[in-house]
Amino acid sequence: MRARFVLSEVGNGLRRNLTMTIAVIITVGVSLALFGVALLVRAQVDTMKDFWFDKVEVSIFLCNDNSETASCAGGKVTQAQKDQIEADLESLKPLVQEVYFETQQEAYDRFIVQYRNSPIVDSVTVDALPESFRVKLSDPTKYDIVASAFEGRPGVEQVNDQRQFLERFFQLLGGLQAIALVIAIAMLIVTVLLIVNTMRIAAFSRRRETGIMRLVGASNFYIQLPFLLEAAIAAAIGATLATGGLILVKAFVVDRVLAPAFQFTAFVGWDAVVSIAPILYLTGIALACLAAFLTLRKYLRV
Amino acid sequence: MILFERVTKLYPTQTRPALEDVSLEVEKGEFVFLVGASGSGKSTFLRLVLKEEAPTEGRVWVAGKDLGRLSNWKVPQLRRRIGTVFQDFRLLPNKTVFDNVAFALEVIGKSRSQVQRIVPEVLDLVGLEGKEQRMPDELSGGEQQRVAIARAFVNKPAILIADEPTGNLDPATSEGIMKLLERINRTGTTVVMATHDAAIVDQMRKRVIELEQGHLVRDQSRGVYGYSR
Repeated sequence: MRARFVLSEVGNGLRRNLTMTIAVIITVGVSLALFGVALLVRAQVDTMKDFWFDKVEVSIFLCNDNSETASCAGGKVTQAQKDQIEADLESLKPLVQEVYFETQQEAYDRFIVQYRNSPIVDSVTVDALPESFRVKLSDPTKYDIVASAFEGRPGVEQVNDQRQFLERFFQLLGGLQAIALVIAIAMLIVTVLLIVNTMRIAAFSRRRETGIMRLVGASNFYIQLPFLLEAAIAAAIGATLATGGLILVKAFVVDRVLAPAFQFTAFVGWDAVVSIAPILYLTGIALACLAAFLTLRKYLRV
Repeated sequence: MILFERVTKLYPTQTRPALEDVSLEVEKGEFVFLVGASGSGKSTFLRLVLKEEAPTEGRVWVAGKDLGRLSNWKVPQLRRRIGTVFQDFRLLPNKTVFDNVAFALEVIGKSRSQVQRIVPEVLDLVGLEGKEQRMPDELSGGEQQRVAIARAFVNKPAILIADEPTGNLDPATSEGIMKLLERINRTGTTVVMATHDAAIVDQMRKRVIELEQGHLVRDQSRGVYGYSR
């Protein structure tokens, strides 16, 4: 095997087919960038799940004087009812990790902070807000157990799970990820077809060389190697473009735009980008080589 | 060296076989002319020897190998033992004379030092010394065919197949090429040459195999081109 000879053939091939090479590089770049963004969205969802599920609580809101649900027919919650709820929560350990009782005053303080810019603050009094137990679960997915235990019990107005709200948000992100993934897969198919076509043209434009190679007894591998290397090199350059794009997305869209605007949540770190980049290179090069190999098997037959 | 046993070749799109029930043997070191009109089966014969086609029926043996049992990945090894020359030279126009010949060695993985040693030798043999750095389009037809012969012979093949090598050349130049082929034949290489050139066949007085519509109609040692001219 003569490396220098093979490499000069590869260089000639890439140059001779320059427009197609550029087309391959750009499509590989765009499709891999989309693919990378889809992976980044998935990493983002995971990051947010870790971040939020640590913080989510089940809130058991207790009846106050204004409550209208059936379980609050007995009026404001009594001390005995509260003691009972607390004891029951205690018995649910270890699922129940922590219980915190929020008084009406605390609820009011939080409320005015949360709605400080809204005129509603002026019309709310301390008595209007319910007392609540804030329950932290060791496994947030087992919310149902807590809900069924306290929902509808006298003195409990409502059991609320923050996770339900978060799930909806994650569904939205999951939807975005699915869309990005579908577009990425469509683009990857386009890329494969383009590579197939490019290889066909390359094989045709070099049929003289490959014909002579066959005639003098070059092995199939030796005949196909320059083509495969060309496809792999174009794909690697495309993957580099895609990685560059991903770095820009992380540096500008995530860190400069999203993170300052949504400070309440965590965003993907650079480690996600670092772990996605090799996937992009592998996917790109593997797809290119596979497409090239299958095409050449047909067009450079012994 | 080459053995055909009742070989029939029928191409899928045709009704008449390109070769029908052809049996013949070419011994090592022979010089054989393959003659016949266009479409008589000469090219099919040569393609079968190179295993570019497989026979529909019968068996082809080349250099001691049954080609029907030769797996595809071993075909390159077979072709390294067969040099091939065509009417249209088939040189690479963007490579020099030296590089064209070197190409045949490079693509089978010969080392740089081997290439540097063997190529000048072969170019000397075919009478192209001093023209190593010329491009093919700077050469005459006869010189281009010499480059092609050098490329076919550079691996020291056991068999040299020439498909109308003088078809594009004038008689004087053709004579030179024939002398060269004869010289190569004298090194022990079996030469099979398909041709339409009656003057050359008559002059050389070598074995003549004539095909007509796919049938072997004449196999004559020290033969001439044909009676029916």
